[in-house]
Amino acid sequence: MTQTVFAPWDDPNQKPLIRFQNVTKRFGEFVAIDNLTLDIFEKEFFALLGPSGCGKTTMMRMLAGFETVSDGRIELSGKDIGHVPPNKRAVNMMFQSYALFPHLSVWDNIAFGLRRDRKSKSEIDARVDEMLKLTRLEKFGRRKPHQISGGQRQRVALARSLAKAPKLLLLDEPLGALDKKLRQDTQFELMDIQESTGTTFVIVTHDQEEAMTVASRVAVMDEGRIIQVATPANIYEYPNSVYVADFIGDVNIIDATATPTGENTYALNWIDGQPPITAETKTTFSAGQQAHLAIRPEKIRISTERPDEAANALQGKVLDIAYLGNLSTYHVQLPGGQVIKAQTANTRRIARRDITWEDPVWISWSATAGVLLEH
Amino acid sequence: MKRMSWFNVTSLTLGFAFLYLPMIILVIYSFNASKLVTVWAGFSTRWYGELVQNDAFLDAAWVTIKVAVMSSTLATVLGTMAAYVLVRGGRFLGRTLFSGMIYAPLVMPEVITGLSLLLLFIGIGLDRGVLTIVLAHTTFSMCYVSVVVSSRLVTFDRSLEEAALDLGCSGWDAFRLVTLPIIAPAVISGWLLAFTLSLDDLVIASFTSGPSATTLPIKIFSAVRLGVSPEINALSTIMIAIVTVGVITASLVTKRNAVRAEADTRAAERAQA
Repeated sequence: MTQTVFAPWDDPNQKPLIRFQNVTKRFGEFVAIDNLTLDIFEKEFFALLGPSGCGKTTMMRMLAGFETVSDGRIELSGKDIGHVPPNKRAVNMMFQSYALFPHLSVWDNIAFGLRRDRKSKSEIDARVDEMLKLTRLEKFGRRKPHQISGGQRQRVALARSLAKAPKLLLLDEPLGALDKKLRQDTQFELMDIQESTGTTFVIVTHDQEEAMTVASRVAVMDEGRIIQVATPANIYEYPNSVYVADFIGDVNIIDATATPTGENTYALNWIDGQPPITAETKTTFSAGQQAHLAIRPEKIRISTERPDEAANALQGKVLDIAYLGNLSTYHVQLPGGQVIKAQTANTRRIARRDITWEDPVWISWSATAGVLLEH
Repeated sequence: MKRMSWFNVTSLTLGFAFLYLPMIILVIYSFNASKLVTVWAGFSTRWYGELVQNDAFLDAAWVTIKVAVMSSTLATVLGTMAAYVLVRGGRFLGRTLFSGMIYAPLVMPEVITGLSLLLLFIGIGLDRGVLTIVLAHTTFSMCYVSVVVSSRLVTFDRSLEEAALDLGCSGWDAFRLVTLPIIAPAVISGWLLAFTLSLDDLVIASFTSGPSATTLPIKIFSAVRLGVSPEINALSTIMIAIVTVGVITASLVTKRNAVRAEADTRAAERAQA
């Protein structure tokens, strides 16, 4: 059985749909986007992720045409769109506030963009009905935006921005206004719609869980720069910096000095009076170089007895337990005062009752469990 | 129903008496049969009859309405444009100066506005008549319109316009199809305000009117100087009636819309739950 993996970014023959080339955007003295280069491919569901003020919204507004580029160029299907006004771009946007026209019905909201293209009436009717069906809003066509619920409004906004069949759809925090349960359902709905229409989606979000769920690739941004672009799994398992490791999910960071002990293996001296930690990595570190070991809590085992075969095992005592229902996170304090988080799945109903506050425990992990980072 | 305290009752009575006693007296005396304004001689509608035959008053009323409609329409267009630029134009050279100056007529004594307009019209050789009154009224009422409209525009969600542009509108189409329908209530109130201001302006109109055109306030004012005639009481009563009907209609419409909107919102919430 051959299954083709969707990964156009690994194929050198693929032409990107969007290409940022050394793009810089300044607002007066403030540099919002700093010499940024990025390719986004057709049919991708691309997420821009970062804290507020990192420049992700500016990037989206430059794609939509609401901001001009200070330096560099943005290409859409090989053409420079830096100075094309928003109404002349094959790009549509779904706004964070939805920006539904309050004086028009749901039907007229969706038809708005089609009417601007001077399409025939039958064409508009057919397309609007198709969009209403896609977003399961058939019954609400005649309602005004204030007569429907928040989730329905979100779907109207989506239908309106998809109606013109854009090459690229921009979504600015599309699920930000929905409550958690509805947000999760809508994430899958978005993915289905993206797949069935084959449109390229670029989503801006500050919610890392949302980005991981929906996106084919995630770009983590900070202060106008892209720190890492990778698939959700690679971003999580192989972060390229402490910043990314810390931003996505929960992580323990151990600062240490590296000493090579063999091919790809290093001994990490991290604190006086503790044995060095063993770690494997493909990155080369020189003897005595500063390194940061990032380990996810779920990759650390916790036990009452010293495990027999573990590359790294440390003793400590339980400081805190966070019970999340499906998971429990243990905060284990080491003799030196550092706190390491270890996570276990509560697979049994009375799981881990044997470990409680103040208990002496062993935490252990393998040589490959963590990622050794330079910065 | 809770009984009101004597203090509240007194305040309310005093307040309403101050506001409405003069008008009530005026309305009562408009139905006076006597020619003497201050002596009651029985009920009659005689003065209303005479008013209808008074061509000078009717001409003046017609001029007033023409002037009010034209000047408030012109003021609404100009005032809305000015408000739009001030709120949306971003920073441009002279923005602070412009925004300060647009509100200057609000505090300028009417006599000064009237006099300077008079000098301008004489200077450019414009004959005084309906046109000059319209221009003068537009000048002083457009700043009221721009105050009303800009206070609405400040709270207007900018992304609505961006959405219109994004869906293929030109700047003008976005304004015409999205912004204007949404801010329409503010534009209409601006128009009504300008209309009212023009209707009862005396000072500026008396500077800028000519022999060919006289507005009703000027006519009434000059007639009163020769002694108050019961006809004027009748005329004033009609004006009060028109204004009252207008205000009540406007507030009923507003209230009905508010009630309907609230019902819609509740229905939506129920549908969601």
